[in-house]
Amino acid sequence: MIKIEKLHKSYPIGKDSLHVLKGLDLHIKEGEFVSIMGSSGSGKSTLLNIVGLLDGHDEGNYYLNGQKIENLDEKKAAILRNKFLGFVFQSFNLITYKTAVENIALPLYYQGMGRKERQKIAMQYLDKVGLKDRANHLPSELSGGEKQRVAVARALATKPKVILADEPTGALDSKTSHAVMELLKEINREGMTVFVITHEEDIAEQTDRIVRLKDGVIISDEKVNKSVNV
Amino acid sequence: MFDLDRWQEIFQTLSKNKLRTALSGFTIAFAILLFTLLFGVGNGLKHTFEKQFASDAVNSVYIYGGRTTKPYKGMQSGRTIQYRNDDEKFINEKFEKEIQFFSPNIQRSMQVIYKGEQNRYTVRGVYPDYQPLESAVIQDGRFLTYLDIERRAKVVAIGRLVEKDLFGNLGGLGKNLNIEGISYKVVGVFNDPGGDNDERYIYAPFSTIQGMYKPNDELDYFGLTFNPEMNVDQALAFSNLLTTLLKEKHNVDPRDQGAIRVRNYAEGTRDVQSFMLVLNVIILFIGIGTLVAGIIGISNIMVYIVKERTKELGIRKALGATPKSIVGMIMLESIFVTALAGYSGLMIGVFTLRALGDTLEKYFILNPSVETYVVVGATVVLIIAGTIAGYIPAKRASRIKPIVALNDE
Repeated sequence: MIKIEKLHKSYPIGKDSLHVLKGLDLHIKEGEFVSIMGSSGSGKSTLLNIVGLLDGHDEGNYYLNGQKIENLDEKKAAILRNKFLGFVFQSFNLITYKTAVENIALPLYYQGMGRKERQKIAMQYLDKVGLKDRANHLPSELSGGEKQRVAVARALATKPKVILADEPTGALDSKTSHAVMELLKEINREGMTVFVITHEEDIAEQTDRIVRLKDGVIISDEKVNKSVNV
Repeated sequence: MFDLDRWQEIFQTLSKNKLRTALSGFTIAFAILLFTLLFGVGNGLKHTFEKQFASDAVNSVYIYGGRTTKPYKGMQSGRTIQYRNDDEKFINEKFEKEIQFFSPNIQRSMQVIYKGEQNRYTVRGVYPDYQPLESAVIQDGRFLTYLDIERRAKVVAIGRLVEKDLFGNLGGLGKNLNIEGISYKVVGVFNDPGGDNDERYIYAPFSTIQGMYKPNDELDYFGLTFNPEMNVDQALAFSNLLTTLLKEKHNVDPRDQGAIRVRNYAEGTRDVQSFMLVLNVIILFIGIGTLVAGIIGISNIMVYIVKERTKELGIRKALGATPKSIVGMIMLESIFVTALAGYSGLMIGVFTLRALGDTLEKYFILNPSVETYVVVGATVVLIIAGTIAGYIPAKRASRIKPIVALNDE
């Protein structure tokens, strides 16, 4: 599903440039539940941005769903994001003046779907994350956990190939964190590829595979022993 | 290419962000309102001046006689200068090229009676050429003709108010008026932009009046219009030469200011024209200034709006919005708000001006109004400005990488 070969990325800082990703190789198959672990500055957010087509890479190859990603203009990137990727952010990133159901319907709007159908699908996903009764609430009227569940529903609405979650529990307490992770696990059990970025060990341990990143290189890539989770 | 979904998205954004919408709308509406009011008041001033100077042809010259104030060539001062028919001939021959319309004039106040209604009016004996001099406009019948002059016909053209006074609503055309005991047929009724006084004149053939009320070939004064192709300086040179020649002819000291008096409207016209020019420039300047202020206002607000929405735009992009859809959305919003607000500002302005009407007449503001093309033009300029003001930041916002926009707090 996601295949990365010798990926390099650096950012210009004044005259110098900061080499953030130093030749990563990573292959994530369909239906995997992977977490990227690393402290801040390890390059994990950069990796997610590249994988999420929010940012370009300098060197190496990146294949998304078998399609080689190179020289993407904004328009193509936008279409691919809409079609293949669903995002869940640490800070939720819901549009403040839209209700829960409208937020979920927004990516469908950009797919060109009609209003009634958007509404119907958005309600289905809102139901799936257990917030049907909150449909017409604004983000400011929802708790942090509820906001993140709305964000997950929004990520799912377009039936993407991969869910990319950047510190999805970073702004939540442990109880709601747990609920959100349960939701992601459920989604994964239904066959969705889920790609989580975190710096919290206990969050990473709930995934199936942990990739540890340090200073722009992968230092370990191991399957989590299932028995730990049970 | 009407996309209902796109408009619904825009209406939602606008209505959910009322302060923002109101702010940008207010700027535009206020700019257009000010523009309309200023232009209207400026036009009101213009109307006042136009009316003030529209009473007679702007290129008219009047030649009056008077008493000499200086002894000259052995003649004492205090001598009355009397114009005669040969003066008419003299002026006509000397200034054939310069003169457009020319008429001698005899005028006196006379008792006028029609079936028991009576009043005193100024009766003027003139040539048909006098009509354009007075800017009189025939509304019924005709003015005097040269045939009337030749035949010494007893016919008159009467002012609109003379008709109203004597005939009420019945109409005076074809009826006979008794003027100082003699019957005249009304052949025409005229109105005159010069106002009430000018509409209470009665015009009769020059020869008729001269024969009846003047000894020999005496007359009172001349009126003429000079060739409108002459500029103001040429016109003044013409009237100066005319004065000099008449003084020579009547043996008047060249320095005598009283005996031969030539009043040239060109002098006043020049002052009025330069005044109007300055007024127009001021109005234009203020108008453009107001528009520029409006444009700067809306540009500022659009830049602020896009800045404020950077994060939202980042989210939209992450969810699959193309740069084109972002630019389109912001611009449509901008155009919609400016068009709607501009239109309401325009309407408020136009209705305010209409309500003011002539209430400000004592401040020299008459019928303040604006030409439709001016306001429509101004609104179009503001809409275009709103579009550009929306386009530049929208384009920039659409280029921002979503990741940068998302990190914007």
